[in-house]
Amino acid sequence: MKTILEVSHVSVSYKEKKNVLKDISFMIKEGEIVGLVGESGCGKSTLSKAILGLLDIEEGEMIHHTKNPQMVFQDPFSSLNPRKKIGWILEEPLRIQKVPKQERKQRVEEMIVKVGLTPSHLERYPKELSGGQRQRVSIAISLIQGSKFIIADEPVSALDVTIQKQIMELMIRLQEENQLSYLFISHDLNVIYQMCDRVLVMKAGQIVEEGDVEEIFNSPKHEYTRLLLDSIME
Amino acid sequence: MRQKQKNQLVIGMGIALFLFLLFLLSIFYTPFDPDMMNAKEKLVAPSFQHIFGTDQFGRDICSRVLKGLGTTFIIALSTVSIGAIVGVVLGAVTGYFGGWMDEICMRINDVIIAFPNILLVLIFISVLGVGQNNMILALSIVFIPSFSRMTRSEFLTHRDMDYVKSARLMGVSHFRILFVHILPNTVPTILSMLAIGFNNAILAEAGMSYLGLGVQPPTPSLGRMLAESQIYLATAPWIAIFPGMAIVLLALSFSMISEGLSKGGRS
Repeated sequence: MKTILEVSHVSVSYKEKKNVLKDISFMIKEGEIVGLVGESGCGKSTLSKAILGLLDIEEGEMIHHTKNPQMVFQDPFSSLNPRKKIGWILEEPLRIQKVPKQERKQRVEEMIVKVGLTPSHLERYPKELSGGQRQRVSIAISLIQGSKFIIADEPVSALDVTIQKQIMELMIRLQEENQLSYLFISHDLNVIYQMCDRVLVMKAGQIVEEGDVEEIFNSPKHEYTRLLLDSIME
Repeated sequence: MRQKQKNQLVIGMGIALFLFLLFLLSIFYTPFDPDMMNAKEKLVAPSFQHIFGTDQFGRDICSRVLKGLGTTFIIALSTVSIGAIVGVVLGAVTGYFGGWMDEICMRINDVIIAFPNILLVLIFISVLGVGQNNMILALSIVFIPSFSRMTRSEFLTHRDMDYVKSARLMGVSHFRILFVHILPNTVPTILSMLAIGFNNAILAEAGMSYLGLGVQPPTPSLGRMLAESQIYLATAPWIAIFPGMAIVLLALSFSMISEGLSKGGRS
């Protein structure tokens, strides 16, 4: 299987805080869903920003084998521009890529249907959509750019349980149809268990354990992983 | 509360529109030539012929108020436009990018804000010289900091929002993010700033012209007319009352608009 992302020995520091990420290495293969778990503040979001090139890496190397990796954000209420219609937002990446107008309209309509909405949603503003619908739009934004690798930063944690399930099913369906790879960040181990092939466990800026989902959930090696698992058993 | 604000907005816009129409009218028509002096009809009280009366030179006050309204309008408009455009661009760029440029601009802002506006304008005018254009320039410079501050803080909040990151990932340029993605989100704030700015500009123009530093005679401006009417206040109060009322109406309308926009316009 083709490798899609190689992260080797990456470290990141902020001005106020040293070693937010410390010597992180892993890779993601084509068509793989990799989970990233850890408590809040352990550097999950920093890692995703570093992968996307939104902040500078201090040490190490990040090799992308796909074009424009995308991100689905946690908060569906700040990830869409409140003053623009859904259609405009979805069209923007194509506008930047200088796709002709006729084709843009067509692709936007195809894409909105693909994520389970209707073309009538294109005429609405983000505030007129529910959290789940907004998350569908975010996924559509990633897909319309032809991205094969998507980082999902807690994409379902702000949603109701029933909606969570729908979004997860949508993500899995799209992943199978388009051979996508996900880096799926979550603190919810149930969600990770249902979605992912492999799991990275992160603590204080380091990856403490890595392995297949079954392996990690059935026989965790690191103490911290065991602690995390115990906490959901209760 | 909501309804009350909406009413304020509507009434304010109504008055402003009415005055604006009067201004448009004054370009093409005034009852008399506003600069024509008439020694026989000095200080005539309001009558059917001169509905607002005449001044010490026999000039028709109604015509002069109409013309003066125009002068004040144009000065306020150009002052606010220059101040707003420069201020918004400066605030947008510094708020979005931050860094040393931001520091420098903010410190300059602090310095300008530390001085009373009227004093700063007096300093600028004493350097540049008296006159209408110089007054516009001086007032604009004084107005820039308030615009840039508000815009900066808006852009500061928006630059960290996920939709901006999402736009970055789409490959949208910084320039386009600034003016196409973020700017529309700041429109409600900018609109209410414009209304407040307009209000201040009208009062500042009146004040400056009253002091004799702004519009020069014989061009009628509302502030200028007030200044000239002073000595006749006891004998011919109409010379002061009508231009005074025009200033009050103009300032009132814009302060009502800004009040109406301040929260009601957001939602």
